[in-house]
Amino acid sequence: MTDSKLDEIKIGGLGASRKRVEDNRFIRGKGNYTDDITLPGMLHMEILRSPLAHARIKSIDTSRAWEIPGVHLVLTGEMMATRNLAWMPTLSYDTQAVLATDKVRFQGQEVACVVADDPYIAKDACEAIDVEYEPLPAIVNPVQSVAPDAPIIRDDKQGQTSNVIYDWQVGDEKGTSEAFARADVISKIELHYPRSHPSPIECCGSIADYNRATEKLTVYMTTQAPHIIRAAVALVAELPEHMIRIISPDIGGGFGNKVPVYPGYVASILASILLERPVKWIEDKSGNLISTGFARDVYLKGEMALRHDGKILAVRMRTDADHGAFFSDAQPSKFKLGLIHSAFAAYDVPVAHLTARGYYTNKAPGGVAYRCSFRVTEAMFFQERMMQAAATDLGMDQAEFRRMNFVQDDDFPHRTPLGFLTDSGQYGKCLDVGLKAINYEQFREQQAEAKKKGRLLGLGISTMTEPLGAGNSREYDILGIKMFDSAELKVHMTGKAIVRTGARGQGQGHETTWAQIVAHELGIPADDIVVEEGDTDTAPFGMGTYASRSTPVAGAAIAMVCRKIKAKARKLAAHLLEVSEEDVEWELGRFYIRSAPDRGVTIQECAMAAYSNMPDGMEPGLENTAYYDPPNLTWPFAVYIVTVEVDPETGVWDVLNMVAVDDCGVRINPMIVEGQIMGGLTEAYAMSSMQFITFDADGNCVGSNYMDYLLPTAWETPGFELHSEVVTPCPHHPIGAKGIGECAAVGGPAAFVNAVMDAIGDPRVRNIDMPLLPDRVWDAIKYRRDISGAPPVKGD
Amino acid sequence: MTIIIESDEPASDVPTRRITFTVNGQRKAAEVEPRLLLSHLIRRGLGLTGTHMGCDTTNCGACTVLVDNTAVKSCTMLAVQADGHEISTVEGLATPSELHPLQEGFKEEHGLQCGFCTPGMMMAAKALLDANPDPSEEDIRWALSGNLCRCTGYQNIVKSVLWAAAKLRGEAS
Repeated sequence: MTDSKLDEIKIGGLGASRKRVEDNRFIRGKGNYTDDITLPGMLHMEILRSPLAHARIKSIDTSRAWEIPGVHLVLTGEMMATRNLAWMPTLSYDTQAVLATDKVRFQGQEVACVVADDPYIAKDACEAIDVEYEPLPAIVNPVQSVAPDAPIIRDDKQGQTSNVIYDWQVGDEKGTSEAFARADVISKIELHYPRSHPSPIECCGSIADYNRATEKLTVYMTTQAPHIIRAAVALVAELPEHMIRIISPDIGGGFGNKVPVYPGYVASILASILLERPVKWIEDKSGNLISTGFARDVYLKGEMALRHDGKILAVRMRTDADHGAFFSDAQPSKFKLGLIHSAFAAYDVPVAHLTARGYYTNKAPGGVAYRCSFRVTEAMFFQERMMQAAATDLGMDQAEFRRMNFVQDDDFPHRTPLGFLTDSGQYGKCLDVGLKAINYEQFREQQAEAKKKGRLLGLGISTMTEPLGAGNSREYDILGIKMFDSAELKVHMTGKAIVRTGARGQGQGHETTWAQIVAHELGIPADDIVVEEGDTDTAPFGMGTYASRSTPVAGAAIAMVCRKIKAKARKLAAHLLEVSEEDVEWELGRFYIRSAPDRGVTIQECAMAAYSNMPDGMEPGLENTAYYDPPNLTWPFAVYIVTVEVDPETGVWDVLNMVAVDDCGVRINPMIVEGQIMGGLTEAYAMSSMQFITFDADGNCVGSNYMDYLLPTAWETPGFELHSEVVTPCPHHPIGAKGIGECAAVGGPAAFVNAVMDAIGDPRVRNIDMPLLPDRVWDAIKYRRDISGAPPVKGD
Repeated sequence: MTIIIESDEPASDVPTRRITFTVNGQRKAAEVEPRLLLSHLIRRGLGLTGTHMGCDTTNCGACTVLVDNTAVKSCTMLAVQADGHEISTVEGLATPSELHPLQEGFKEEHGLQCGFCTPGMMMAAKALLDANPDPSEEDIRWALSGNLCRCTGYQNIVKSVLWAAAKLRGEAS
């Protein structure tokens, strides 16, 4: 190292809490979200949705709508069918109706579209469409779906004779049974992880712009995965892929909601092709809440075989997932219920078995990875509720029971009983930090004191490890497209640069952090680097941003492309310094001669040489692309501990303290990482306390707008204390980073629920389903029984 | 808005009304349908797209603007009701040379992620700080309880507003 070495924090490299670049436009109101875009001659599309959950369509009369001045097009399923567009493939090898032809299968399903000069006119015209329905019985949960007299929801599918979608299993069934036979104690729990809607504030939308002259289709779209959409449009609309350009402008929050392909996108594309004008479709909030990407809705049942001393011998799990009317989960296609089998990955469980079944119901299609890596939220929630129940059954301390079963620090990589390979971690250390921060022993004393006075205090522990960063491509693909990612770096002659990736941020701060990776690798100040994403005509192919995969995959690709650039820059440096390459050393931002460290050239000087003074025979320029296929998923770990007080008179509970200990490996930008954790904790609090979107017995969505679907505001949201003391770099990621965006939303809910259960402290109350609304908590205390949140069946 | 009717039918069945108002200090006049929402006048009529629309039911607050210095959710006010009033939007917060302390505060304290709720948050916060230059954390949480954010968890938004309040009071940050 020489005196000329750059200060990495000063140039905005790894570990700098660099202020965000994208903020400059957002704080001025100069963001560019899909609805902010206006194109010349643009028309507006609105969707007519089904008021019924299950009904046969007898007739659709659009004549009155056509007569309204300003209406250009009324689309129905019948018209879509003439172009083979009434149905589209989903990301899980199923089909989904674009506009209904035969039946409607959930409330809010798309039935017709109107394109008009103005959205007000289009809405008026939607109301002038007369649809005659013949109602059918609605099925709102898996139990109903397999009842002997249940109607077949997907009678459009040949050979579909029941409402079961799949029956999948993993693990060692025989070994698990043997372990259960040896158990001293068998602990059981049964619960429902309720439906939830990711509900970004910005709804979905698109502007399709088909140009007859150039035959090019440009679509501005609220999508987290523009390249997947391009491929889907090429397949669905039978357009050549090079003539499709998907642009994902600024996105007003995604959380998994903006991964799938929605009927509105497809309809706006067809409308633009037919009318040869740009067509904008912007969903309203009700449309977003009742028809787009739901999450969760899984019945989880399981048992744990235990030794008296607390050692876990085996786990058996059974999941029944309600997928709604179409199996459109956005997930690696090989897996039926995402990565649900990551449950118990942090614990040393010798043997396990899991059975997963999926069902069609008359509810909107769901299964998106709502701030989680494909069903990991359900897995971790079940895991930590099971751990709480088991410790209680054994009469063991909640913290000690977890600690004694943790995978040990020297036991990595660790093969889990359901087939994953976890990479690294210091689980016990994280727990220590959390217990100290919450004053564990002292709180237990306070709790006992309070109990004497009739006050209910409780403490809930949750741990999580999450498989983040799909691929590798051997195991992870979407419809056969392997889950790798990419980065392209162009260093201009003055040493400034542009980096592009196949990811697409929605608030994660990629424009800030991607430049920090380049600064770390090449010593180019982050302020000299511009980041661009979201345009399929310019960005290298990538699978998009969801499931916390950006840093593990695209971020790794950036580091790798920097290393390619550095290799070429080294040759340029040797040429400029007139020495052989072997005599050149690197320090941040500069090559120098090993034997004469004062003589060196900066990366910027190398960049200039690439365009003005390259050695004979060298290809000019300093640009490259890297595709990164990760060798494994990254496995962050976290401990979340919450203390609460429950009011036994009202069932209202308040958070006293919440401590979060996250080990996500190397942190690129600590400020942004903490922002991600706080956002995740808030969603965890939301899901456990108030976010409630369910269905009545007729399949009506209860919670179809923000007056009914309660999201926490600044007033309800508790404060959080974050800890970053434990850092276990990812052993296989080029800069040692792991995913982080979703950990808190994955691991958080169980901490809140465990805390409330601990406060109630009644062995007859084993479970209250989320959200823990005051009336449910009150009922549990009053009647000393479990409270199920499963949707009602008619006649209940 | 101009609506071209591409048919022989008279356009006269779309009634309009002329209104005059001020937006970010500039006087404007418009012919609007009585049912036009103020948020649509701002976004589509005036092209001020910093005011966002999230929910249509006055819950999310992304469309918050100031009408005569009071925070109003512009998706539930008709444009005709703005006749004769003064509207301030996020685009009016900064001067050509200087950001408003709220804008600086949100950047300094990482008070935003996707940025969609941010203009509404800042306008609601401005109404608070205009009335109460030294708010407590609780005051801020209450004043912003009509604005939803799905990204940040609010803790940094509260810090951002405290940062701005301190700067507006002339205290070193």
